[in-house]
Amino acid sequence: MIFEGNIHVVGDHCDTDVMIPGRYLSLVEPCEIAKHIFEEVDPGFVKRVQPGDILVAGKNFGSGSGREHAPFGLKGLGLSCIVAASFSRTFYRMAIDLGLPILTCEAAARAAKVGQRARIDTASGEIRIDRQVFRTQPMPPFIQEIIEQGGLTAWVKAEVARRRASA
Amino acid sequence: MGKTIAEKILQSHLLDDGAVVEPGNIVRAWVDVALLNDVNGPIAFRHFANMGGGPVARPDKVVLVCDHFAPAPNAPGARLIGDMRRFAQEKGIEHFFDVGKGGIEHTLAPEQGLIVAGDLVAGGDSHTGTAGAFGAFGTGMSWAGMAAIMMLDETWFKVPESMRFELRGKKAPFVTGKDVILRVLGEIGVDGALYRSMEFGGPGVAELNIDERMAICNMMVEAGAKTGMVEPDAETEAYAKAHAKRAYTLVRADADAQYASRHDIDLAAMRPMVAKPYSPENVVAVDAAKGVHVDQVYMGNCANGTLTDLRQIASVLAGRKVARGTRAIIVPATQQVYVQAMKEGLIEQFIAAGAAVTTPTCGACFGGHNGALDDGEVAVATVNRNFKGRAGHAGAQVYLANSYVAAAAAVAGEIVDPAVL
Repeated sequence: MIFEGNIHVVGDHCDTDVMIPGRYLSLVEPCEIAKHIFEEVDPGFVKRVQPGDILVAGKNFGSGSGREHAPFGLKGLGLSCIVAASFSRTFYRMAIDLGLPILTCEAAARAAKVGQRARIDTASGEIRIDRQVFRTQPMPPFIQEIIEQGGLTAWVKAEVARRRASA
Repeated sequence: MGKTIAEKILQSHLLDDGAVVEPGNIVRAWVDVALLNDVNGPIAFRHFANMGGGPVARPDKVVLVCDHFAPAPNAPGARLIGDMRRFAQEKGIEHFFDVGKGGIEHTLAPEQGLIVAGDLVAGGDSHTGTAGAFGAFGTGMSWAGMAAIMMLDETWFKVPESMRFELRGKKAPFVTGKDVILRVLGEIGVDGALYRSMEFGGPGVAELNIDERMAICNMMVEAGAKTGMVEPDAETEAYAKAHAKRAYTLVRADADAQYASRHDIDLAAMRPMVAKPYSPENVVAVDAAKGVHVDQVYMGNCANGTLTDLRQIASVLAGRKVARGTRAIIVPATQQVYVQAMKEGLIEQFIAAGAAVTTPTCGACFGGHNGALDDGEVAVATVNRNFKGRAGHAGAQVYLANSYVAAAAAVAGEIVDPAVL
């Protein structure tokens, strides 16, 4: 899959409490959660993001509390893809399962600047930032299968159907 | 080639016997327990319905605990608890713990014998790794992933690399399991164990009881770990014998297991530690934070509201009062811990000292309720995270510490070495 959009940048160890504070954990609708993303540290963030934009982060993105509100909210804002130097593992899995593509590429994460354009090919692992080209590991085939179906929900439905057919 | 504890537990839960348990491989496995709370449960139930719903594949494996918005601080919280109650009723889930019936999930599930040594445990909460204190492989998972387990009775895991932490020596007074993990966080940082299993072993393990081992395993995720455990010994076995409601297995690492790194910790050389704002890796010896004024002391969380913690707090508060200008909140982790603390006279002692004692809840630990902080306020807390904004206002500051240090700060009104209080 290919994504193109404007870049937003955050630093290292961006934790989920900063993305969406605990007091909002009683919200369940992605569009409601999206209104509060980075509220404490960057109140203008929500207004600056346009649908299709790409978030580029430093290392250990999504650390701390494993809360689906974080990837839900980022996806609900319209962000199409996240590139980071590294991800917290719970965030990584949550994003994949919700159908939010994410790639690990330290060089691209370090080079990206706010307002640049990015073009990302999740199948080949090619990341273009303005005229610079970076290559990283594409997502493993099993993970790509989940992303291509739009998340784990569709994958499970297909698996249930397959089990019924073979039963 | 030898195997680590994490590799052996995964090996014993494979769906495909031919799968190779080597770091980096993705394997399909079944789990013993699917642990959900009132934050992740209601969203997992939505995923479950969207996946087709129907009966839960193995309702006996599902454990539902109301602990975050419990007792409900507001209407949205009450709705989440209601979602838990309805799902438990509709799907025939026996292991459902409502307000007043249980406590905080990571202390409660092993106490109730629902998580046992050798288990593979998936949970919606990031502190599911606390199960490592009991010799189980616990890991936090996506909430869609938890719904998938309820649908299919299986999931997938990437086999983690493992790190080995060898403990030796006798610990000094006022040093606890909490200090061991804070010291490790200070050394390896908040991404020092990213995707890995952290395995603690060696003769020093015998210095730490099960409760203190919980404090260690509880904060492994703060280093980015997928899971981790304390190598089972006689203490682990005694706990399992007293609590387990299913067969248990004591899984130890092979002598020639492959570890990505090895770390040596001399308990005798350790001091009580604190993690300064705003990161659990910002660790110094308590002496280096001496004199910091404290507005609130919060004692309790999913691994530090244990009977051991309450006894440590009581030993410091004995015959003393919470300082004027400082407030103290003490939260026993489960109803069973609460009752035992009452029998021992601890609760009365806390109240006599001027501390608030509350019902078991995650409450203020995640900034939800039960003791949020205002702008400019400083707290010492025995919790696991001190990120900006987590405890209430973004201008509040939290120092993480063990129960002795926290109780001493409550008495002194400032951070102090409990040995010189």
